Amino acid sequence: MAEPFEPKITAFVCNWCTYAGADLTGTSRIKYQPNVRVIRLPCTGRIDFMMVLKAFTRGSDGVIISGCHPNDCHYTSGNYHARRRWMVFRDLLEFVGIDLERIIFSWVSAAEGAKWADLVNEVTSKVRALGPYRELRQLAAVGID
Amino acid sequence: MARVGVFVCHCGENIAGTVDVAAVAKAALDMPGVVHAVDYKYMCSDPGQTLLKDAIKEKKLDGVVVAACSPRMHEPTFRRAAEEAGINPFLCEMANLREHCSWVHDKGAATTEKAIDLVRLQVEKVKRDRPLQPIRVPITKKALVLGGGIAGIQAALDIANSGNPVLLVEKSPSIGGHMSQLSETFPTLDCSQCILTPRMVEVARHPLITLYTYSELEKLDGFIGNFKATIRRKARKIDEKLCNGCGVCQQKCPVKKIPDEFNEGLSFRPAIYVPFPQAVPNKPVIDVKNCTYYKTGKCKACEKLCPTKAIRFDQEDIVEVHDVGAVVLATGFKTMPVGNFSEYGYGKLKDVIDGMKFERLASASGPTGGAIRRPSDGKEPQHVVFIACAGSRDRLKGVPYCSKVCCMYTAKHAMLYRHKVHGGQATVFYMDIRSAGKNYDEFVRRAIEEDGVKYVRGRVSRVYEEDGQLVVKGADTLLGAEPVEIRADMVVLATAVQAQNDAEELAQKLHVSYDPYKFFAEAHPKLRPVETNTAGVFLAGACQAPRDIPETVAQASGAAVKVAGLFSQPTLTREPIIAVVDRQPPPVFSSCVGCFLCKSACPYQAIEEEVIKNRNGDVLKVVAKVNPGLCQGCGTCVSTCRTKAIDLEGFSNEQVFAELMCI
Amino acid sequence: MRVGYYPGCSLTGTSREFDESVRSVARALEIDLAEVPEWNCCGSSPAHMIDTTMSIALPANVLLKAKRAGLAEVLTPCAACYSRLLMGKHEIETKPATRAQVERVLGCPPGSLDELPKVLNVIEFLAQIPETIAAKVTSKFEHTVACYYGCLLVRPPKVTRFDRTEDPVEMDKLVALVGGKTIDWSFKTECCGASFSISRTSVVGRLSSKIMQDATRRHAEAIVVSCPMCHSNLDLRRREINRRMEKPTLIPVLFITQVIGLALGLSEKRLGLKRHFVPVKLPAKTLPAQVVS
Repeated sequence: MAEPFEPKITAFVCNWCTYAGADLTGTSRIKYQPNVRVIRLPCTGRIDFMMVLKAFTRGSDGVIISGCHPNDCHYTSGNYHARRRWMVFRDLLEFVGIDLERIIFSWVSAAEGAKWADLVNEVTSKVRALGPYRELRQLAAVGID
Repeated sequence: MARVGVFVCHCGENIAGTVDVAAVAKAALDMPGVVHAVDYKYMCSDPGQTLLKDAIKEKKLDGVVVAACSPRMHEPTFRRAAEEAGINPFLCEMANLREHCSWVHDKGAATTEKAIDLVRLQVEKVKRDRPLQPIRVPITKKALVLGGGIAGIQAALDIANSGNPVLLVEKSPSIGGHMSQLSETFPTLDCSQCILTPRMVEVARHPLITLYTYSELEKLDGFIGNFKATIRRKARKIDEKLCNGCGVCQQKCPVKKIPDEFNEGLSFRPAIYVPFPQAVPNKPVIDVKNCTYYKTGKCKACEKLCPTKAIRFDQEDIVEVHDVGAVVLATGFKTMPVGNFSEYGYGKLKDVIDGMKFERLASASGPTGGAIRRPSDGKEPQHVVFIACAGSRDRLKGVPYCSKVCCMYTAKHAMLYRHKVHGGQATVFYMDIRSAGKNYDEFVRRAIEEDGVKYVRGRVSRVYEEDGQLVVKGADTLLGAEPVEIRADMVVLATAVQAQNDAEELAQKLHVSYDPYKFFAEAHPKLRPVETNTAGVFLAGACQAPRDIPETVAQASGAAVKVAGLFSQPTLTREPIIAVVDRQPPPVFSSCVGCFLCKSACPYQAIEEEVIKNRNGDVLKVVAKVNPGLCQGCGTCVSTCRTKAIDLEGFSNEQVFAELMCI
Repeated sequence: MRVGYYPGCSLTGTSREFDESVRSVARALEIDLAEVPEWNCCGSSPAHMIDTTMSIALPANVLLKAKRAGLAEVLTPCAACYSRLLMGKHEIETKPATRAQVERVLGCPPGSLDELPKVLNVIEFLAQIPETIAAKVTSKFEHTVACYYGCLLVRPPKVTRFDRTEDPVEMDKLVALVGGKTIDWSFKTECCGASFSISRTSVVGRLSSKIMQDATRRHAEAIVVSCPMCHSNLDLRRREINRRMEKPTLIPVLFITQVIGLALGLSEKRLGLKRHFVPVKLPAKTLPAQVVS
């Protein structure tokens, strides 16, 4: 029997809210599923959506993007830029054929350790149910990377 | 070829308990570029750091990955160690095996596998790290203290006494805060005003302290050492220079029936008023909302009678911008509105009051001159019931945390009442008595044993009025959970301590984190209790969590030391994590095409236009340039750039994509 | 407008007048009450004292039948039924294990307990349609009354989400809507003695007399309730109550639907006003005419 499918989740998080929030999850010893790999960035405003595509082509089955709540950005407005850019890219990604259900945008503050655990668990379970994401990875394998 | 060293920390059992650290180190050795990998019990300890330094020297490492705790915890430690071993500190990265792995997952192969992946990401990143030089920026050696309660007063005095100028901003017309309203203070029962007013006067007289009362922070721009604070000085409608505080205006003002905030609504004040006789500054303000002149256009009684002609009806708010190098947040707390407790009938029952009202009743400067009189009919209450934990430790209807000060002040209240009303009976309903502190428990014992305060362990389910008396229904859980019904003349609720109403808004202005209850968050709960995540912004007092006076003063002094320490340096070094626009030899000059999307995206106005000219002065190209003094390194411009001409040091495109390549 | 209707046992027995007045008011407001087909017992007090699963399976079965009948909302006048139905739904929605167990007990396929209908009490239901009620008022209910909520409607607060657990005001607003005045009193949610109504009437007498005492002292002309149990205790047990009162009283106890029915101009008979033990005799209109806002 084949091994059960374990999804790979890549999380793009900002240093000030969500990374600190995930640290708090650790300090509070709240358990969550080990499928997530965190890419630390200074701010969600730093997220280039090419990175999201790259994550998929390199084998991620799901992507979490999380930063400070609106109004709470350490850099005043980076999260707004990320949100605005996401609103634009959403349609494009959908048109291109990316499964939008696999990209989860959220806000987790430095005080929301439990929320981070919930988010990771929720996304992991959701992506596990959706199954592996092969489409982009296969394209990448034939050289369209 | 890169020569990376990987150091896997056990953190005692914290990491090694769930992650197979030896396997992580072994796996790291197989990663391309890694020439050295070890695991060690405590990397942050002195031998651990020595291990790292020796390896850098012996193995000629040009990159270091420490797989240990969060970089938010120990990155500075290991970067310093790397620097001491002779490599650029920014060639050191951390893989977060503790907070993001061992503490949150169970022991098993998947956890170790994740740990290896986390190390791999950082190895890829560190190989692409460039040596960076810290940026030196000047410091404005002047502090802004927000809030003029005891926390702000103490912080301002300590900073000023260290020789640095302070701007103290208080939103109400006088400094003093909640402490000025208190009657006596636990556990010594010394009069609050007697110990506070000298400090208030000292603030006013200090040559290095500029006091702005009736003022608020509108905006804070900039960064540590170089903040720009925009402050609104609300119009007092008084020329403060001319006013000598004689008080004639207050006596002659025809509006008399405005509930007095200082006395918690137990007395009235006129429309032009000084909050309390010992106010600093002792200059009145006109309450524009209630002043007859502003309502009807007529009156001006104060103007006519003012001996120094100091009244200015046409005075407008003044908005000023001040350069400051550090900010101390000392904005204090509020108590939960008693209207929240419908079961205690507040709002309808005049004799159910909160602790602050009781303070005013008991205070010699209060509306009753210190005599305990109940608000409804002014009679001396013969039986007073005190309810502790009104809203605190109540997950369902109040707040889950302990408000910390209530046990002590309730004991004090009951004691004061017993001292003032001989023969009166005081009953306290409590959950637990939390009296940890120097001489605190002795104080509570004194209330019980010497002053005959009756303590009943149990909750009160309802307070209602019957025949001019209050019926308090509760349970005595130490006597078999028997229902208790007490007829009392007055009920005092020890209401929960909460963050100020505008705490969230203020936190957003300063980019300071806050907890779910809107208390400001410290940078580290144990090791950095007075700092925030925003460099240069410090915390003092109850704006961070419920606190009593001694703790508040201690923390304020702590914050002051942090500010003084910051100001003692000639210049400030800042992490060189900033954006850079690429430069190339002519004729390209830069891959920037001059669209300046980055300029509109930058929250710090750090992007400038650089005009490239030839030797004849003809303009060849206009390209973007980052001002390293202003850039904070958020990277928003990088993702906005259409030609990828901007990159962020420390989080470059190459680095992030390299991390993604090994997912 | 069509809404599911679950009368429960009390409304077919001791509280027939509650059923009659709910139906009459609904008819007057042009609301179609669709009775849940083949409804069963809600579980009430006996089931949850004996068997937790049964106490959830019984209300779940009622809601399942309502769902299968295509009803999105179920109106439950009886406060005990309301409490059971709401608790059952809450347990099923929050505890997957319980849900699975109940599904097994009821022999229904997994997923059938998803999206059960919303449970409404009379107060909640009427509060949704204030304009409809106000438009149909023909004779204002110009009396001063005490609104008594009891315990089952408001507790536990995390499930019922009633406006204000300790000091609810929704029923007071309804009375005000039809022109009445309500007193501000202290016993809105105090215990009436509940099911001791049958086993230990002296307990009911002691507890309910306190409620009656405060209401009369503050000059209420009637007590308004929305629970058959409260009604029984305050009405049926009046002799026990009066034995403990300083001054025996004969103020009537009305259901909120009866109050609204009176304001809508419905007859005493259709509202079941003759069924009370304490005769419903309200003084001549005591309030000056007031504008219903």
